[in-house]
Amino acid sequence: MSIELRSVSKRFGDVAAVDQVSFSVADRELVALLGPSGGGKTTVLRMIAGLETPSAGDLFIGGRRVNEVPVQDRNIGFVFQNYALFPTMTVADNIAFGLKVRKWKPAESSARVEELLGVFGLEGLARRFPHQLSGGKRQRVAIARALAPRPQLLLLDEPFAAVDAKIRQELREWLVRLHNELHVTTLFVTHDQEEAMEVASRIVIFSRGRLEQIGSPREVYEQPVNEFVARFIGVLNVLEGPVQNTEARIGELVFPSHGVPDGGTLRIGFRPYAVQMSRNLGEFRYIATLRHTYFLGILLRVEIELDSGLVIKARITKEDYARLGLADGVRVSFQIREYRVLSSEAGPLTPEVQVPSQPHIAEGI
Amino acid sequence: MAGHVSHHSSSHAPASGPTESLAIRCLLIGLALVFVGLFLLLPLASVFGEAFGRGLKPYLDALRDPRTLASLRLTVLLAVIVVPLNTVFGVAAAWAITRFRFPGKPLLVTLIDLPFAISPVVVGVMLLVLFGAQGYFGPWLREHDFRIVFALPGMVLATLFVTIPFVARELIPLMQSRGPDLEEAALTLGASGWQTFWHVTLPGVRWAVLYGVILANARAMGEFGAVYVVSKPVPGEIPLALWVDTLNSEHQGTAAFAVASLLTFLAIATLVVKAWLESRQHREMARGQSSHTE
Repeated sequence: MSIELRSVSKRFGDVAAVDQVSFSVADRELVALLGPSGGGKTTVLRMIAGLETPSAGDLFIGGRRVNEVPVQDRNIGFVFQNYALFPTMTVADNIAFGLKVRKWKPAESSARVEELLGVFGLEGLARRFPHQLSGGKRQRVAIARALAPRPQLLLLDEPFAAVDAKIRQELREWLVRLHNELHVTTLFVTHDQEEAMEVASRIVIFSRGRLEQIGSPREVYEQPVNEFVARFIGVLNVLEGPVQNTEARIGELVFPSHGVPDGGTLRIGFRPYAVQMSRNLGEFRYIATLRHTYFLGILLRVEIELDSGLVIKARITKEDYARLGLADGVRVSFQIREYRVLSSEAGPLTPEVQVPSQPHIAEGI
Repeated sequence: MAGHVSHHSSSHAPASGPTESLAIRCLLIGLALVFVGLFLLLPLASVFGEAFGRGLKPYLDALRDPRTLASLRLTVLLAVIVVPLNTVFGVAAAWAITRFRFPGKPLLVTLIDLPFAISPVVVGVMLLVLFGAQGYFGPWLREHDFRIVFALPGMVLATLFVTIPFVARELIPLMQSRGPDLEEAALTLGASGWQTFWHVTLPGVRWAVLYGVILANARAMGEFGAVYVVSKPVPGEIPLALWVDTLNSEHQGTAAFAVASLLTFLAIATLVVKAWLESRQHREMARGQSSHTE
């Protein structure tokens, strides 16, 4: 089922939790609603579910306007952050609840419960109570319960927040597989950009009740529409310094003023992968000391510190790190291959500025 | 050095204090025990002492007295009418207070406690002002030949009033701590409001409801002041608590204490059931919480 929001707002008293949000989700998509807490993403999810009513705007599910349709009649499955399993019911009764209240025939209902117990790897746990299950199992029960009445939409609120890191990884992969098998339009809320990037085919980014950007993981990473998105998705080095004589000086770094008048402040941002390093101190324009290496897997993150104390985050593959002979404490020369000029946080981003790979070239562009 | 030593010893004062705190502990425990013994156990024991003082036969005779049996029936009838009404009210009020936002909510929360704050005699007098012969509705009631005060309806109203807070008071904190998630989950699964209440809300708070019911029942059966004002002092037409008072003022000591022992048994039974319910509830809550964490 497709979903569409047309300038939907939700106010609690004087506070606009969601402010004029419009976006649409195609049938069978797997979409993440991403943002810092208090960004309005959970309120959007709850409005789609029918647990909150929009203060303004129109909400469509499958082309039908559902603003006034009660939650029971929306045919959605909702998975709560804390799972909200009924503590007085067994696993089987939890999963069967939606079937019982919808007056399924007992035989069909128990067949459906059996089927779901199988699909979700919960065989043998039918008679257990929720408090006797591990966090990961509880989450499976919660999703099985939500899916039992065959909803047209699956909505999950911070589905992986309550389990530990190892299980979280498994559950992410499992959710993607599940979505591929079930073909149910799925929306999930998360504050974890990595999780959104990994699981979702599209990401809707919220901040302070507003929609900042919607796009594929690659789009929001490579073409963020503003500084907020750029900083929220991935790592962004942000530097600022005063402009004098049409040059901005940030520690030892020198940038053209980019139209900022003398006396103003230039802010620039760049991704760690835009930092190019060499052990040959003459190769690039600037000199720094490698302070710390974070091993993240195939990619390593390093922090380099200029003599002025300015610290820059860089990213490098394990192979390049070894090839260049890098280690904590060594001196490197470096340059910033590309960066963006930042205005205010919410303001639009200008296109990236490419810096040709030659020393001392940045001056006078 | 001396300074260092004194600092050292003073910093350890709480730890080296077991001898002191033991004395204080003994004193406090002793005080509590003496107090409980003197003001709670001794009177309780004296009730049974007086009741059985002249042997079992006078005791049983006092209980077999038709007027006593009539009082017992009336007391049970009052409880049977009042407790279910206040259970329904308590659940509804707790539901409204914990799940909805509406104007005047703080006022409602405060008003629920009013019967705890107000003297029961005042409750009785209020009923007289409203429904007595000279009261606001007095003439209208007389025209329609319907008695409220000095009759069963007055006693029901008085008992109803003083037992209003019990169920609601038990439920409100529990339902607040549970949050709306379980009920919302039921709604998203297609349950109606009534199904949600019946299958999800009520099972979760059943022990608290029962706890409130037990307390309300004890109060309903034991209430004196409010009922005293609105009841006709005729033997057999007053509940047990008033009957004890009547017997006592007529210097029928053994009979008074025999009837009093009935009420005391009720009190002890209430305490036992209450303690059992509390342990049930704690276990359930611990379970509910453990299913949220991890």
